[in-house]
Amino acid sequence: MRYILKRLGFYLLAAWVAVTLNFFLPRLMPGDPATALFARFRGMLAPEAMDALRETFGLTEAPLLIQYFTYLGHVFKGDLGISVAYFPAPVLQVIGNGLVWTVFLAGTAVVISFVVGTLLGVTAAWWRFGKVDTFVPPTAALIGAFPYFWLAMVALYVFGFKLGWFPLGHAYGDYVTPGFNFEFIADVARHAVLPVGTVVIATLGGWLLTMRNTMVSVLGRDYVNLARAKGLPPRQVALRYAARNALLPSVTGFGMALGFVLGGSLLTEIVFSYPGQGYLLVQAVRSQDYPLMQGIFLVITLAVLGANFIVDLVSLWLDPRIRESVS
Amino acid sequence: MSANPKGTVSTKTNGAAKTSAGARRGVAGGLATWVEAVKHDRRATFGACVIALFVLVAVFGPLFVGDPTDLVGIPMQPPSAEHWLGTTGQGQDVLAQLVVGTRASLLIGFSVGLIVVFVGALIGITAGYFGGRTDALLSLLFNVFLVIPGLPLAIVIAAYLPSGPLTLGFVLVVTGWAWNARVLRSQTLALRNRDFVAAAVVAGESNLRIVTREILPNMTSLIVSQVIGGTVYAIGAQVGLEFLGLGDVSAVTWGTNLYWAQNDSALLTGAWWTFAPTGLAVALVGFGLTMLNSGFDEITNPRLRMQRAWRAFLLGRGHEPSRSTPVVREHA
Repeated sequence: MRYILKRLGFYLLAAWVAVTLNFFLPRLMPGDPATALFARFRGMLAPEAMDALRETFGLTEAPLLIQYFTYLGHVFKGDLGISVAYFPAPVLQVIGNGLVWTVFLAGTAVVISFVVGTLLGVTAAWWRFGKVDTFVPPTAALIGAFPYFWLAMVALYVFGFKLGWFPLGHAYGDYVTPGFNFEFIADVARHAVLPVGTVVIATLGGWLLTMRNTMVSVLGRDYVNLARAKGLPPRQVALRYAARNALLPSVTGFGMALGFVLGGSLLTEIVFSYPGQGYLLVQAVRSQDYPLMQGIFLVITLAVLGANFIVDLVSLWLDPRIRESVS
Repeated sequence: MSANPKGTVSTKTNGAAKTSAGARRGVAGGLATWVEAVKHDRRATFGACVIALFVLVAVFGPLFVGDPTDLVGIPMQPPSAEHWLGTTGQGQDVLAQLVVGTRASLLIGFSVGLIVVFVGALIGITAGYFGGRTDALLSLLFNVFLVIPGLPLAIVIAAYLPSGPLTLGFVLVVTGWAWNARVLRSQTLALRNRDFVAAAVVAGESNLRIVTREILPNMTSLIVSQVIGGTVYAIGAQVGLEFLGLGDVSAVTWGTNLYWAQNDSALLTGAWWTFAPTGLAVALVGFGLTMLNSGFDEITNPRLRMQRAWRAFLLGRGHEPSRSTPVVREHA
């Protein structure tokens, strides 16, 4: 329990850092942030939009500390300001529309990549210097060297444009009605194959190598030799004895890799015009929609922190040593 | 957005603690060891050749191609004898853009790789060496930076600063140093408890001297591998940010090449030559650096090296090598 509280405290602190960064960044801009922002938008925005901007950033005459607390209050109420690009929609609403797709895309990709990569790592370590171990890790390392979004471009070109197997973009076609029906779900799945596939392929190698390396060292341990000597079926030795213990570093790395994978999947979304956070982000950058950009940063950070907390709970369940050290 | 948070490190940590013999051999001898290391490992040789090739292109390439921003032909032409890699959506020569882009991209990549490790080492070693409250505070700092997703943070910072290579470099350092700090902290922590460090403390050597003379030399291979990893990270992240349009879009770099390819809907018109070469270049550099790294990995870790030698020895005598705990032996 104390462990959980400690981790929770850490994530709250990290969230506070993110929120505070979000507050100070616009104020670090060269010159007076308010005038700089407004000068940039002069002639492009209605006066109401300007007021909304001022409101969003809390850029008033009040002292900095007061501004900061006003801002904190807004964030707590879920008020992240008004989007410039999608004026007059509130930022939170704009983000909410895309969040489902990002979570779906990145979540599916991460889970598939983790499971497949880890299993391949187990295989590579078990039959060391075998076929899988000789060919898969270098190939995965080579593929991992490509930028995610470039792989996405190639996949889109080959499978979407040339072969026409998959649609060229978006999360679902114009002709299906969103809802819980087979047609819609099948269409969403068809649209997701390429973006999920590229992220999986790009990230597979990392899981594979981590698992392979830990597995190799675990396989030399005495308890594995004992299990083997007892005459247990190889499958049981590999999975129940070795893999289970070798899994720990991968799980710990999972939380940290999450933010990294998410970054890659945001870029992938852009290539496929997938209506998630990445697509919104590029819209925000192009139209210099600062409130939207900052809102996306905040929401993504909070999501990653939450996921990390869940990972902590899982490793608590997986690793008796953590439980022991706390109680 | 930590630099490859997987794989490379796990095998390193136990191997990096060499005896101080390596440190005593002097700089020239040390360099020779590294060159030997690269020559002996096929992967490292391959990596070194690839990197050397790209560095040559970055240094001398721009002298041989025309101005990459010149409009030289009809837009979106496939590769031909005149334009080896075709033309872009604006009618510029793709090859010229690729070659000129190499210089800017590699420059940012290598300098960010170095700075990221420098900052990481400064903070990580301080935390690991002094321990106590300093450690708690600094560890908290880099753990927070590790858990905040890098790309969104980089985008938000970059969007507020004037676009250009300096902004890009700054953003990449801010989002990239934490991983190095974390790894170097734990390595320092492990070395701190070794007898030779304790001896230096008892001998009354200053903290600075202990860190630079006793601890740093024993982390050389780890630091070199981190610089390589940092460079891989910097090139990848830089290309990603520029692809989003956060770099200076009028400059010619690998990232902006891809940005313009996407902007000119290269994909939907089937102009593969506008994006394929740049991505291949990014991947080749990344792969080359990783290969170089894995060569160092094996050379500086006696266990890994012995394992290979032992295996070759067994195979040479017609035995099937079995799984065994790698042991450092004197032969081979």
